[in-house]
Amino acid sequence: MRGNTQTISQKPGFHIGNALNGLWNRLGMIMILILLCVVLSFTAPNFLDTANMLNVLKQVSIIAVLAAGMTIVILTGGIDLSVGSTVALSGVISVMASSAGVNPFVAMLSGVAVGYAVGLINGFFTAKTKLPAFIVTLGSFTYVRGLAYVISGGYPIVLQNETFKFVGGGAIFGIPTPIYIMLFVYVVMFFILKYTMFGRHIYAIGGNEEAARLTGIKVERSLINVYSISGLLAGLGGVVLAGRLYSGQPTAGQMYELDAIAAVILGGTSLTGGKGKIQGTIIGVLIMGVIGNGLTLMDVNFYWQLVVKGAVIVAAVLLDRLRGNSAA
Amino acid sequence: MAVKEMLRNVLHELKDPVLHMEGISKTFSSVTVLNNVKIELYPGEVHALMGENGAGKSTFMKILAGIHTPDDNGGQIYLKGKPILWKDPVEARNKGISVIHQELNLSPNLTISENILMGSVFPKNRLGLVKWEEVHNLAQKVLDQMGSNLNPRQLVSTLSVAQQQMVEIARALSFKAEVLIMDEPTASLTDKEIKKLFDIIGDLKKQGVSIVYISHRMEEIFKISNRFTVLRDGEWIASGPIEETNPDHLVKLMVGRDLKDLFNREKPSHPQANGQKAAPVLELRNISDNTIVKNVSLKLFPGEIVGLAGLVGAGRTELVRALFGVSNLKSGEILVGGASVKIQSPIDAIANGIAHVPESRKEQGLFLSMSVKENILMAELKKHSKSGIVSWKEVNAAADSYIKELNIKIASPEQQVSNLSGGNQQKVVIARWLSIAPKVLLLDEPTRGVDIGAKTEIHKIVSGLAEKGMAVLMISSELPEILGVSDRILVMSEGRITGELSREEATQEKIMYLATRGE
Repeated sequence: MRGNTQTISQKPGFHIGNALNGLWNRLGMIMILILLCVVLSFTAPNFLDTANMLNVLKQVSIIAVLAAGMTIVILTGGIDLSVGSTVALSGVISVMASSAGVNPFVAMLSGVAVGYAVGLINGFFTAKTKLPAFIVTLGSFTYVRGLAYVISGGYPIVLQNETFKFVGGGAIFGIPTPIYIMLFVYVVMFFILKYTMFGRHIYAIGGNEEAARLTGIKVERSLINVYSISGLLAGLGGVVLAGRLYSGQPTAGQMYELDAIAAVILGGTSLTGGKGKIQGTIIGVLIMGVIGNGLTLMDVNFYWQLVVKGAVIVAAVLLDRLRGNSAA
Repeated sequence: MAVKEMLRNVLHELKDPVLHMEGISKTFSSVTVLNNVKIELYPGEVHALMGENGAGKSTFMKILAGIHTPDDNGGQIYLKGKPILWKDPVEARNKGISVIHQELNLSPNLTISENILMGSVFPKNRLGLVKWEEVHNLAQKVLDQMGSNLNPRQLVSTLSVAQQQMVEIARALSFKAEVLIMDEPTASLTDKEIKKLFDIIGDLKKQGVSIVYISHRMEEIFKISNRFTVLRDGEWIASGPIEETNPDHLVKLMVGRDLKDLFNREKPSHPQANGQKAAPVLELRNISDNTIVKNVSLKLFPGEIVGLAGLVGAGRTELVRALFGVSNLKSGEILVGGASVKIQSPIDAIANGIAHVPESRKEQGLFLSMSVKENILMAELKKHSKSGIVSWKEVNAAADSYIKELNIKIASPEQQVSNLSGGNQQKVVIARWLSIAPKVLLLDEPTRGVDIGAKTEIHKIVSGLAEKGMAVLMISSELPEILGVSDRILVMSEGRITGELSREEATQEKIMYLATRGE
């Protein structure tokens, strides 16, 4: 009798459906990526060339680094609108430091540190004042950009140091440096999310913040760390971009935050938090990159590219949702 | 007919019921909440609807108000003798049924007028713009009818709770309510405000409004009611004129439940029962919080299960949450193992060996989209990690042992916890707390929404933990559970502990008496 009630309430087979659902969800996006590649290999000249593929990866690398940080922020149920502005501030400061004759590694580190500081402030206000992350980071979205203008005087600052340039524009064994950086970030992030307490706490907080607090998880500290990491990665992105552009530009990284958010969502991470994977995010980043690259190869002008990109974001997520719902 | 004769004594003139409900049954996902329940409401009467927590009062009234519909063939509502069925609350309200819920449903940033007339069509001019003068006048008329001197232009957010309640009542009246359901209307009112409310109820009675009054306060029931209906476990138990009953009798009707089939703890073995003198593991001295808890003192000894009984809203959950550091204390002292400690967050509480299984496992306990094993080990990931890196091998082994120990039925430890039954989910939450090896275990409604088999198992688990020396404080609104599991029982009412009963002397009646004892 007791056994019966148990099995009845357990809805046999439901969890299998759920597992399938999860698999489909992930495969769904990979399939959309493959589909895009197949279509583009016929329509866009030279799309499948190794050189072009490396170009795609190089182009997405900075957004990818930002999206990795955005993933953990969104996993906690938050959002970070400040990363694009942080890219600019980090670039400006690190290039200025380099121009002032500072050791290039220290200069680059200063850019990363600036990003970390922005993130720390975001995290502090989000965790301690309970202001919505949207508002806190909307604020830093604006003031950080402002600081980039103030410090640079509004003009791009030229980068002279070759070591610094190498980080953004160089290549090792024929593969552009930013791709190594991107891979490194994703491997580390995968490890953090899957194998560290901090990573598991991120999921716990995003899944049920109240339960996390009642379980004794240091919710505030975790949140501060999450935003700090997002800021740090934005700082890193800023350094790489400055290296690629040979300059620190106060206008750099505009709209990057939205591209990063789009990539995370395309990657299947739930905006309400608690659900998602870093592997998904890289797929999302690649989808965005492949569309942009393919359209450029097809000679579609930039304005139309934006239109197509926007439509694809909504369509892809919608397709994924429909699939998910029908499986469940 | 006997009922009508009795009524004749109560009412000046014999009237037909304005509304009656017959044979109402309601099932929620194969759990029967109401079975063949009935009530008759006469014009100008206050009808007290009584029953323990979970007796089905709210569901019954929600059916009356059109929020739920009865099962197919699950009974009939008659309005002035004519069978009727409403599909939604708006339809019920248009037919003269209004509800004042326990939680007020007002829009704080709108005026009193707008709140009163909300849901009805506002008078408009030819351009379709609202004629505010007329809106305020209409609201004023309703307020006058109640003898209230509130200004209809005032914002609701500026009102006291009692005044807000007046606005709720005014809203109900604006729909020309013939039947008014009041769910615990005095719960948050002061004595003065209650008096005012009773005056209004008196006026409404004179106007022929029929009022269903849900309250746990005996004193009030006998002060204002004409008749009563008692529900128990979803069944109709009794109805009659209030003169023919008394508090003791009503309590007996409310709790008279069969105790068989339920877990009964054998041989309570706490030191007090065995004549030993042990030091309390946890002591509260004059604890008050910022909400309802007032001046609570208690001691918990190792190896005992203390039941914390009381009605919903008595402050039991608030007490436990304050003790666990979820909410702040206003005053008082917490001693763990004889030493005064500061508990300002769950982290502090856990560090002091206190564990807490919260009231609602889905909202406060579980990480629904995570696996069973992670849910179990989430509080103790640290123990199974080296410099922040989790050893999944250790986690898996530990999770397996808890799953076995508590007999949690799952397909695999990787299974998402959201797919488990309520009983197994609750065991997962309990397992999490066992992982920190607590000295004190706080359980808030540990078997709510759990089937009877799993319930008994949870009782056995808790009992076993006490045997091993853990001190358990268990909140439960189910008296048989409290009686079956506890070594001693504390009863709370309105934020205070109103009595302590030993296992031997405790009965459902005594507990209910203490739980309904007002100030």
